[in-house]
Amino acid sequence: MPEELHEVRLEVNGATHVVEVPGRRLLSDALRHDCGLTGTHVGCEHGVCGACTVLVDGRPMRSCLMLAVSAEGSSITTVEGLTEPDGSLSPVQQAFRDCHGLQCGFCTPGFLTTITAGLEENPDPTEDEAREMIAGNLCRCTGYQNIVKSVLRAAELGR
Amino acid sequence: MTTKLFGTKVKRVEDQRFVTGQGRYVDDVLVGQKVLHAAVLRSPHAHAKITDIDVSDVLDVEGVHLVWTMDDLTGPMAEPLPLLIPHPALTHGRTQYALADGEVNYVGEAIAFVVAEDRYLAEDAVSKIRVSYDFLPAVVGIPAARAAKNTVHEDVPDNIGARLEQENGDARAAIAAAPHTLSLDLTIERSACTPMEGRGVVARWDPDTSRLTVWSSTQTSTGVRGCVAAKLQLDLAQVDVITPDVGGGFGVKINHPWPEELLVPLAARTLGVPVKFTEDRREHFISSAHERGQEHHVEVGFDDEGRVLGLDVEFWHDHGAYTPYGLIVPIITSTQLLGPYKPASYRVVFESLYTNTVMVTPYRGAGRPQGCFVMERTMDAIAAALGKDRTEVRSVNFIQPDEFPYDQGLIFQDGRELEYDSGDYPASLEKLKALVGWDEFPAMKAAAATEGRRLGLGLACYVEGTGVGPYEGAHVHIETSGRVKVATGLTTQGQGHQTAFAQIVADTLGVRFEDVEITTGDTRKMPYAVGTFASRAAVMSGSAIHLAALRAKEKALRIAADALEADEADLEINDGVVSVRGTDSSIDLGTVSVLSNPLRYAFDEASKAATQFSVGDPGKPPVAPGDEPGLEGKDFYSPERATFASGMHAVIVETDPDTAEVKILKYAVVHDCGHLINPMIVEGQIHGGVAQGVGGALYERMAYDESGQLLNASFMDFLMPYVTEVPTSIEIDHLETPSPLNPLGIKGAGEAGVIPSAAVFAAAIEDAEGLPIVAMPISPSELFHLRQEHQS
Repeated sequence: MPEELHEVRLEVNGATHVVEVPGRRLLSDALRHDCGLTGTHVGCEHGVCGACTVLVDGRPMRSCLMLAVSAEGSSITTVEGLTEPDGSLSPVQQAFRDCHGLQCGFCTPGFLTTITAGLEENPDPTEDEAREMIAGNLCRCTGYQNIVKSVLRAAELGR
Repeated sequence: MTTKLFGTKVKRVEDQRFVTGQGRYVDDVLVGQKVLHAAVLRSPHAHAKITDIDVSDVLDVEGVHLVWTMDDLTGPMAEPLPLLIPHPALTHGRTQYALADGEVNYVGEAIAFVVAEDRYLAEDAVSKIRVSYDFLPAVVGIPAARAAKNTVHEDVPDNIGARLEQENGDARAAIAAAPHTLSLDLTIERSACTPMEGRGVVARWDPDTSRLTVWSSTQTSTGVRGCVAAKLQLDLAQVDVITPDVGGGFGVKINHPWPEELLVPLAARTLGVPVKFTEDRREHFISSAHERGQEHHVEVGFDDEGRVLGLDVEFWHDHGAYTPYGLIVPIITSTQLLGPYKPASYRVVFESLYTNTVMVTPYRGAGRPQGCFVMERTMDAIAAALGKDRTEVRSVNFIQPDEFPYDQGLIFQDGRELEYDSGDYPASLEKLKALVGWDEFPAMKAAAATEGRRLGLGLACYVEGTGVGPYEGAHVHIETSGRVKVATGLTTQGQGHQTAFAQIVADTLGVRFEDVEITTGDTRKMPYAVGTFASRAAVMSGSAIHLAALRAKEKALRIAADALEADEADLEINDGVVSVRGTDSSIDLGTVSVLSNPLRYAFDEASKAATQFSVGDPGKPPVAPGDEPGLEGKDFYSPERATFASGMHAVIVETDPDTAEVKILKYAVVHDCGHLINPMIVEGQIHGGVAQGVGGALYERMAYDESGQLLNASFMDFLMPYVTEVPTSIEIDHLETPSPLNPLGIKGAGEAGVIPSAAVFAAAIEDAEGLPIVAMPISPSELFHLRQEHQS
């Protein structure tokens, strides 16, 4: 029997995407495959690595732990939506580039969204607070040294 | 004057696309286009005969396009996967099939392959395949493999795939005659690369041109291309393999072809629709590769100064169920174990053993972490036995700066002599002692002890053979726009090649960094290549790119000299403009490129200058004999032998007297990879290696039960370090002893950070606790139990 499809309106980065998805479709898959926003990466599909983190109504959420149908009516920001309207990099994006805060780039979107929300809440973190801000995201390349620096640099750029 | 970029911290060009979500990883390929998705049925049992596979229920699942078992494969696809690196000592090499042929030998082995409209439906279908098994006893762990009560493969006696011995001098006689001797038993457990992106492959068959395009998250596009062509019985010219952005490799993606790298292209050709496979995290744990698991026995004889007179090492390597990558890992352990030292005699013998677990292929460091652990534990044991400072014992054993090139009298992993090219180990040690505060540490430790705190200091030294052959190549094309397109065939997994290689080109050619565009891992642009492993990219492709750029430059100067009516020797190139030194006479490289290609047809303003009526001597052929049209340069770099990078790490730890938790107080690295192309990137590589090493030393292990089930196959259970587990800072000092083997004097840097970790943490914990640490990784509970055993 074919799967029942649900029409879902996803507000992503200020644009509306109307997608028809089965009830079990993960938000991460809907963003990537139905909306074509492949900047959101899937690293574990069990909510541990944080690579798929997006902002749902401004709060960082693991999109692999949400169903697309449950995102109806929410405003979602993915890594693609962090860039300034004129196309320039946001302070967090710029800081990662300045501080070599990424290598392979796969975990990066999740860090960028997480830190964007973190700095919203605490615009002037100490080094310890910067560490705490990223303590739920995995990176296998950088050893986190330059990601911590990137958080502090982003705070500086945002001032 | 163009500023020299080599050696400077140039920001990475690839970051622009990565931080804006515009990277293109394999699962991003063909998004928005019609593509089918594959899923694989994997064995839930570690060892069993397959008596029946019933796929009849799958045929009812909506959206399923194809289901294959071994019975559906024919020709080369029905034969075992290649044994990539044969070795005479690998007398009993075995590889798996693309889909199991009547027997499974590890949990995770591929049994059936399904293609459906989406991954959800493909997994639904997989769950409806019914397999009947006759169970066989599983061989798990080195002791069980050695005991050989049961065998993994019935035609491999005693589970021994290979036995290899090398000897330089008569180590056993030297030990027997030595004034002091020691024996040690040392163990390292299994771990794995676990890049954030798993494996993945996409294939598209174009019936109009009879060509196959394959995108794979691999460390070797050319390797995959060769395998796909051979298995699908296509000409190489019909297969293009593109490596898109890769979300980390660390070694596991050098093995190839994975079953899916063949099944996906075959399915795409069969169905006439593109097919994609994206590995999930559990699949990565149970069906990609692991490494590290080895047990070692050491006999060593030494004099009163701690000089090693004879070293005899026997070890057992757990290579899992199959041996596609040959003996590379244990060969590296057996040779690189020697590190910066020159024992008067050395014998090493290993057995490479089958177990019913995931197969073993190189993981960053590739056998060196085990070798370093063995050697450095031995050095510490000698120091303890003689009551000497640990650095003194190392110093008397160091190869001295005036002894290079130094031949260790062994054969390395590339089949060449293990001959070190350059290094300065005493200087590195002095730097490390200063960086970590070696001489001040006893006072620090004593002061902490008065507060009831336990501090320990460890150090470990390593040498890493980097940049092994056989070769890499590069093609440099200066376009008529003046932009420089460069292709090299090896792949990139986050090392910043687009930046580092562009630095080399900008310097060598004299062009603006912004005008250089680097492509890696695309067989359409550079079909001759080997791959990215063994910290070889900078050495091999860096050198090849330099040589190719020199060729392009030579040609540019020749044409420019003609055009400017000047002597080549008077020309210089800066910011893409060729000028006659000390004059206003100049021509830009774009125009030189126009002139390099005599045209019949003018297609734009610039090309008008290149028609045959405009250029050249009417009395000569438009393209001179031996010359070629176009402003290009191509060259290959194929060194006689590897370069040898080196380094030393030290760590100060504090162990909790109650909980046995290990806290890192200070981590220091002295690193020598020859000349640095981009110090920012090199330091990033060290940071990442150190963090991976912390994981390997204190947290990460593969928890197999006795039936061969991997109990921690998720990121919830396999403890990869978060920021909270890594040192808050890593002190780094560089030493640069250039390699005489390549034109840029570079050595590799990719793996170094992870090599000494197990050794350095074992040493520091031993120093803090005053009890011997002989097995790594070590968890707080294991340390707690060791304390109890030691007290009783």
